[in-house]
Amino acid sequence: MTESKKEVIVCRCEEITLDEIRQWIDRGCETFNELKRVLRVGMGPCQGRGCHDIVLREISRMTGIPIDQVEAGTVRPPVKPIKTVLLASGEVSPHGVEK
Amino acid sequence: MEWKNRADVVIVGGGIVGITTAYYLARFGRRDVVVLEKNTVCSGSTGRCGAGIRAQWGTEMNCRLGIAALDIFENLEDELGMPIGLNQGGYLLIAYSEREFDNLRKGIELQRGLGIMSRTVTLAEAREICPALDASDAVGFTYHARDGHADPFLTSFAYLEAAKKLGVSYHRKTECTGITVKGDAVTGVDTTKGHIDADVVINCSGAYSQIVAKLAGIDLPNWGERHEIMITEPVEPGVCPPMLMSFSGNYYIQQRPHGSIICGMSPSGHPQDFSNGTTWQFITEMSRVLNKLLPVTKEIRVVRHWAGLYDMTPDGSPIIGETDIKKFYHSTGYSGHGFMLAPIAGKVLAQQLTQVTPDIDLRVLDYRRFARGELIMEPNIT
Repeated sequence: MTESKKEVIVCRCEEITLDEIRQWIDRGCETFNELKRVLRVGMGPCQGRGCHDIVLREISRMTGIPIDQVEAGTVRPPVKPIKTVLLASGEVSPHGVEK
Repeated sequence: MEWKNRADVVIVGGGIVGITTAYYLARFGRRDVVVLEKNTVCSGSTGRCGAGIRAQWGTEMNCRLGIAALDIFENLEDELGMPIGLNQGGYLLIAYSEREFDNLRKGIELQRGLGIMSRTVTLAEAREICPALDASDAVGFTYHARDGHADPFLTSFAYLEAAKKLGVSYHRKTECTGITVKGDAVTGVDTTKGHIDADVVINCSGAYSQIVAKLAGIDLPNWGERHEIMITEPVEPGVCPPMLMSFSGNYYIQQRPHGSIICGMSPSGHPQDFSNGTTWQFITEMSRVLNKLLPVTKEIRVVRHWAGLYDMTPDGSPIIGETDIKKFYHSTGYSGHGFMLAPIAGKVLAQQLTQVTPDIDLRVLDYRRFARGELIMEPNIT
């Protein structure tokens, strides 16, 4: 591991580096959700939009599991951050903004 | 992890209860402790929980367990050598009727007799503890400063890494499919990766524990109950330093050191459920409660919403101890409080299994209490 790799940020919301991700794949994490739980990768406001595929690729590269077989992360509602006051108003629903 | 078809102790369930039990068993000298997890670390209730820690309970047993767990949590980072994210902002309990406040005061009396320094606080004091709080409709408050929360992921991984160093094997993606019994004693487990002979088997499978118990022919009265929870984007600290909780108000809310506010409510009707699905009604209702109690949260955004299972028992108290089948033990039924009680529950069960004098006598938590009608009703739950 070169010094520069330690500074490569994979998850910008939670500032998780490539080096940290590789350390935990080494310790046996083989799914996105495991890395999310131990490192918080993908738990920030963007919910993994930036880092999810990079993490899957890294798991595949290190474990030899074909990328289409690496377990993807869970997508959780509300998908996009929404203000609590808007949710509380009842004016939004899973179908969008109520007219 | 290397597979062996013989073990001293097999633990079914790799959540916080199974992990702490394995760690203490190894620490007290049991060799070849194997943990089976059907999915991955923290994939079940542990990783989905609110992770509160409190000693403000309404039964003597839960008070004793709660304060002993706090003693462990406060020294855990030194013991395990990894961070656990402990944050002790206290629990501020809120009563909305005289009757409810009377019950909380009875709890304080019980707690103080057991060395828990909880107390009632006025509305003015409550606002000092939580400056953004709007609780003008509340009747009374109680507070215990040592209560708080820890990170359930960090705590689990810290216990697990320490357990592995002591020789514990943890098998992820390995499901227990059978429990073998000869005569009146357990002899091992069948799994999706093969059979393991074992001297002792411990059922730590949370909301699935009645299913696992049934594999050995034991009936448990547990059921899974789905609870929803949500978390906001991180914001500046100080929005909600204590855990705000109300049993009648049916909520718990706290800001994590990281800045996010995490909050949950119990489902109406307490349905039996094995689904981890979420509902739009929950985030609507939870946002209303949050905005009313803490008006400063209105402009804060929800980033994530999920659900997890409480492992319920008829009296809300855990089931710990040996069963009618010798060497087959339960450590289940934590009824939504497995994370906070796991350190002491794991330690005491491990003490029982290593001939060390237990810190606490857990005999009243025997599962046969339900058949005998000797329930230990816990009033301080939602």
